[in-house]
Amino acid sequence: MAFYRPATYQKPVVLALLLALLALPPALTAFGQEFYIGFATRVLIFALAASSLNLVLGFGGMFSLGHAAFFGAGAYAAAICMSSGIADALLAFPLAMAAAGLLALVVGAISLRTRGVYFIMITLAFAQMAYYLFVSARSWGGDDGLPLASRMMLGGFSLTSDSALFYATLGCLALVMVFFGRLADARFGRVIQAIRENETRMEALGYPVFRYRLICFALGGALAGLAGALLANLTGLASPNLLQWTQSGTLLVMVIIGGVGYLYGGVVGAVILLMLEESLVGVTEHWHIALGLLLLGVVLFAPKGVAALFGKRHD
Amino acid sequence: MTEALLDVRNLSRRFAAVDALQAVNFSVEAGEVHALIGPNGAGKTTFIHHVSGALQPDSGSVHFAGRDVTKLSMHQRVAVGMARSYQITNVFLGLSALDNVALAVQGRQDAGSSFRFWRPARSETAMFEEARSYLEQTGLAQRIDTIAGNLAHGEQRALELAMALATKPKMLLLDEPMAGTGPEESARMVELIEHLARHVTILLVEHDMAAVFRLADRISVLVNGRLICTGTPDDVRADPEVRRAYLGDHL
Repeated sequence: MAFYRPATYQKPVVLALLLALLALPPALTAFGQEFYIGFATRVLIFALAASSLNLVLGFGGMFSLGHAAFFGAGAYAAAICMSSGIADALLAFPLAMAAAGLLALVVGAISLRTRGVYFIMITLAFAQMAYYLFVSARSWGGDDGLPLASRMMLGGFSLTSDSALFYATLGCLALVMVFFGRLADARFGRVIQAIRENETRMEALGYPVFRYRLICFALGGALAGLAGALLANLTGLASPNLLQWTQSGTLLVMVIIGGVGYLYGGVVGAVILLMLEESLVGVTEHWHIALGLLLLGVVLFAPKGVAALFGKRHD
Repeated sequence: MTEALLDVRNLSRRFAAVDALQAVNFSVEAGEVHALIGPNGAGKTTFIHHVSGALQPDSGSVHFAGRDVTKLSMHQRVAVGMARSYQITNVFLGLSALDNVALAVQGRQDAGSSFRFWRPARSETAMFEEARSYLEQTGLAQRIDTIAGNLAHGEQRALELAMALATKPKMLLLDEPMAGTGPEESARMVELIEHLARHVTILLVEHDMAAVFRLADRISVLVNGRLICTGTPDDVRADPEVRRAYLGDHL
C-alpha cells in the first residue's frame, strides 16, 4: 500500500460539494423543509467523527473499538462548559477537544502497549468504563445525560438557529478535512502510514513507533471530541449513550463502508449510513436489515469501501 | 588497543529449557568486516536480535561506540549508529524505492522532527536528493521510481542496504544479505558489500561460505549458543573444533 495522495479530480469535486452545501440551508428553507437542516448537520457531525476514527484506523492502523468514548467526552465537556458559564464555542470547543484528546492520550498510553485483538478489547474496555462512569455520575445527570440550557455562541454569532449551527459544523468539518489532507501528505502522515504497513521496520529505521502511534491516537480523540461538542449543541444534550460501544461500532461501520484509509472514507460512510437510516426508518423499524445487506454488499463487491470506487488512493 | 566499536560481554539468554546463548563474548573493531557463522540453530539470529535491541539478555551487556546500550530499545540503538538489514526482505513493498530510502533519511535525528503536520513531505528536496544518493551507491540508480514490490529479489536486498545506509550507521548489521539470491545476484551483492566496507564497519551473518571467506577480516563461529572460535579466515579454516562442528562440509 502506498502513501496517500489526493486524486487529481478530488479538489474540484470537493469544492463543488462545498458550494452546494453552502446553498443547502436557504434551499431547504425555500422549499419549506427546514427540518432537514438539522438532519444535514447531524450528517456533517458524524462525517467529522468518522473521519477522526479514519485517521486512527485507516492511517494509523489502530483498530480502536473505543472511539465513542472520545466522541462522548467531547459532548460532556461542551455540556459542562455550558453549565459552568462558558457559552462561547471559541473557548468551549477547544476545551472539549483538549478533554477528549487528553482522555485519548491516557487510554492510548496504556492500550498501545498491546496489539491485535488485545488492542481491540482494551479500547472497548476503556470506553465501557467511561460509559459507566458517566451513567453513574449523578451531578452530570446520570443516565439521563446532561442537558445544555441553550446552544452556544460562536464569537459574536448565536448558534441557536439550525442554519447557524449547520454553517459552524460545515466550517469545522472543512477545516478538519483540510488539516487531515495536509497531515496525510506531510512527514507525520508518511510515518504513521509506514508504521501501519510495517512497524518493526520503522523501529529499525530509528522511529520511536509508540510515540507516533500515541500522538495519532490522541489527535483522533481530540477531533472526535470536537464532533461530540457539536452534537451536544445540535441535540441540546450530552447523553451517556454517545459513549456506548454500539456508537463506536456505528463509527467503525461508517469508516468501513466509506473506505478505510481513504481521506474522505469517513465522510462518504457517514452520508450513506445516515441517509439510509433516515429514508428507511419511516418505512420499517427493521431498517438494520438493509444496513446488514449494505455491509455485505460493500464487503463482497467493494471491499475497500465506497470511496475506493471513485479512484485510487495513490498514484 | 583501542576500544572495540561493538563489545558484547558475557551475553546469556535462556528460552525455557534451552540455553540459546551462553556467556558470549564478541567484539567488532571499527573498520573491519566481522562475519558470524554457525550451523542452523546455533543462535545466530538470537544473537543478532540482542545486538540490535529486539531482545533483552538475561545477563551480560552490549556496549556500542563506548557506551552501554544494553537497556536501549531498537530505535534508540539506531540513533547511536547501529543499522540492520533483515534476513527476509523487509522493505515497504507498496512504496517506490526512493520513498523507501527517504523514510530512512527522515527517521534520522539530524534530519529534523517528523512531527510535522502541514508541509508536504514531497516538497523536501534535500531529503529526496540524499535518498537518491544512497540508491546510486547501491546500484539502484535506474530503479528510483520503481515500486519496491516490482523490484527483483536481489534489487530488494540492495534496497534494504540503501535504507540501512541512509540511517548513517557506524556499524551495519547484515543478517544474511545473500539469502535467496541467485549466483549472479549474490556476486553483485558481494561486490556491493566490499564497496560499502570501505566506509562502514560491518557485522555480517551469512550462510554463503564463499562470500564470508572473501569478505570477512575476522570470523567468529557460534555453535549451540557458544562462541567456539574467533580469528582470521585462515585461523578459522584450520580450527579443529570448527571443522568438527561443520563436519567439514563447507570449509
